[in-house]
Amino acid sequence: MTDPNLSPASLSEEIEIPESISGLEPVRSVRSPIKLIYDFVPSPPVQEYLRSYSKKKILGHRSPIDGAVFVPPRGVDPRHGALIEESVELSDKGHVGNFCVTNLPIPGRDDLDIPYVSAWIHLDGANVGFLGLVAGCENDEVHIGMRVQAVWKKEEELGNTAENILYWEPTGEPSVPVEKAGNRAWDQRNE
Amino acid sequence: MSKSHSFRDIAVVSVASYQTKTLSEVNEVQLMADLISKCRNSAGVTQEEIGFTCSGSSDFLAGQAFSFVHTLDSVGAFPPISESHVEMDGAFALYEAWVKLQIGEVDTALVYSYGKPSAGSIIDVLATQLDPYYVSPLWPDCFSLAALQARLLLDKGLITLEKMAEISMRSQKNGFDNPNAVRSSKDVSFENLMNEPAIVDPLRASDVSEIADGGCAIILAAEDKAKSFCERPAWIKGIDHRVDSHTLGVRDLTRAPSAFLAAEKAGINTDRLDLAEIHAMTSTQEFILEKEFGLNEKTLVNLSGGCLASDTTMASGLIRISEVARRIISGQVDRGLAHATSGTCLQQNLVCILEGE
Repeated sequence: MTDPNLSPASLSEEIEIPESISGLEPVRSVRSPIKLIYDFVPSPPVQEYLRSYSKKKILGHRSPIDGAVFVPPRGVDPRHGALIEESVELSDKGHVGNFCVTNLPIPGRDDLDIPYVSAWIHLDGANVGFLGLVAGCENDEVHIGMRVQAVWKKEEELGNTAENILYWEPTGEPSVPVEKAGNRAWDQRNE
Repeated sequence: MSKSHSFRDIAVVSVASYQTKTLSEVNEVQLMADLISKCRNSAGVTQEEIGFTCSGSSDFLAGQAFSFVHTLDSVGAFPPISESHVEMDGAFALYEAWVKLQIGEVDTALVYSYGKPSAGSIIDVLATQLDPYYVSPLWPDCFSLAALQARLLLDKGLITLEKMAEISMRSQKNGFDNPNAVRSSKDVSFENLMNEPAIVDPLRASDVSEIADGGCAIILAAEDKAKSFCERPAWIKGIDHRVDSHTLGVRDLTRAPSAFLAAEKAGINTDRLDLAEIHAMTSTQEFILEKEFGLNEKTLVNLSGGCLASDTTMASGLIRISEVARRIISGQVDRGLAHATSGTCLQQNLVCILEGE
């Protein structure tokens, strides 16, 4: 039986190569490049969200089941598989529900110095977190419950994209108690 | 099926499907949230009562990694559910659910599948399922490969261009009563079909499937549970799937031995078969499958119009099962065959025999 621990080169030595191709370098890999092109059309809720977002408005979706507000809106309450049609405008203020200090760079984001803080921002009026960066303070000052506000791009740089908020900065307001911050409030709501 | 095992009685109790040329702005989550809730509501069942959920879809079709996880938003996976997925047509997801029900751990299952081929190039997507060393880099499209198969059938004298036109005509006429049919016509003429130019010689436009966006949801239930959800459940009397070689060159492309075997193992019995819904991308593949199943004039074929009327990649096979099941549930027919295929030129075949009491 072939030893599975042998290197590919030593495996190839066991193969009897026909005379016509002996002496040639063995083929060890094959490249089959695949390129597929798609036309992705965002669904109406996503289109509405992106258009509003370019005007510094954050839209959420209110569940018809229990009124929970999801952001960004996806047209459905994923807990129940129920379609959502009601949009609500949310504040660009909220609190840090949870956060992470990252020491690895993001490919393509050379502008981002490490370590940086990414966080679930719980917008006032929303029931789920909204992903963003926290800056404008020392990383070790970031804490669960810290009140933050969006720092938007300049007017002329806004667009139909998820990149309109540069980061979230502390407001200096009193923090939300840890036991009421982020998804902990969600759990209490469901109790 | 082997008689040495005792099988549980399992039935299709509810179906919902939708197909259209292009969904454009409706995404998979919205499409399936609508179909899944329709399907659950008509059985009067909530997600919490469903023991197992299984779906079929393709990331290559959606152009998105783990796209099926996203589509779970349409199911309502909270509280957490028992769930699985196959990168195959939904008919194969139904097979997995059927096995799960046979094991006896659960009594109900939700099966669904969907596809939006309009977002990309379906012939390129399907080329990626071929042998990655020798065939896929050549990017042969599915209709050209089916045309090679059709040419073999013609040259061997097994089929005629007239017979192909008859199959296309049957599909377009049957599709007229199907709201999901994208291509249908009450008064399509045989002469017009014969005069169509070939698009991939010898196949004419009417000989190849009409690619459509869409999806399908089905609820399965076992024994008394099935009877409580549905007045006349469509009982799965047999289900089997078999595979031929992936290598096109070693197969006789005029045959589909795996389809013959699957039908035999599923207990086809053509003397008592009111309806057959066949999953085939071309008139010629429909012909091959009719021959493999040994269908006679007692059996109506593709009352829905089949894939020549509407073909939703990843869902067409499950839709065949739903088309047979809904006609049994409504009392229109008593016993039918639903077929699903996967791979190139009928490589893999699944046969499901359904019957009402």
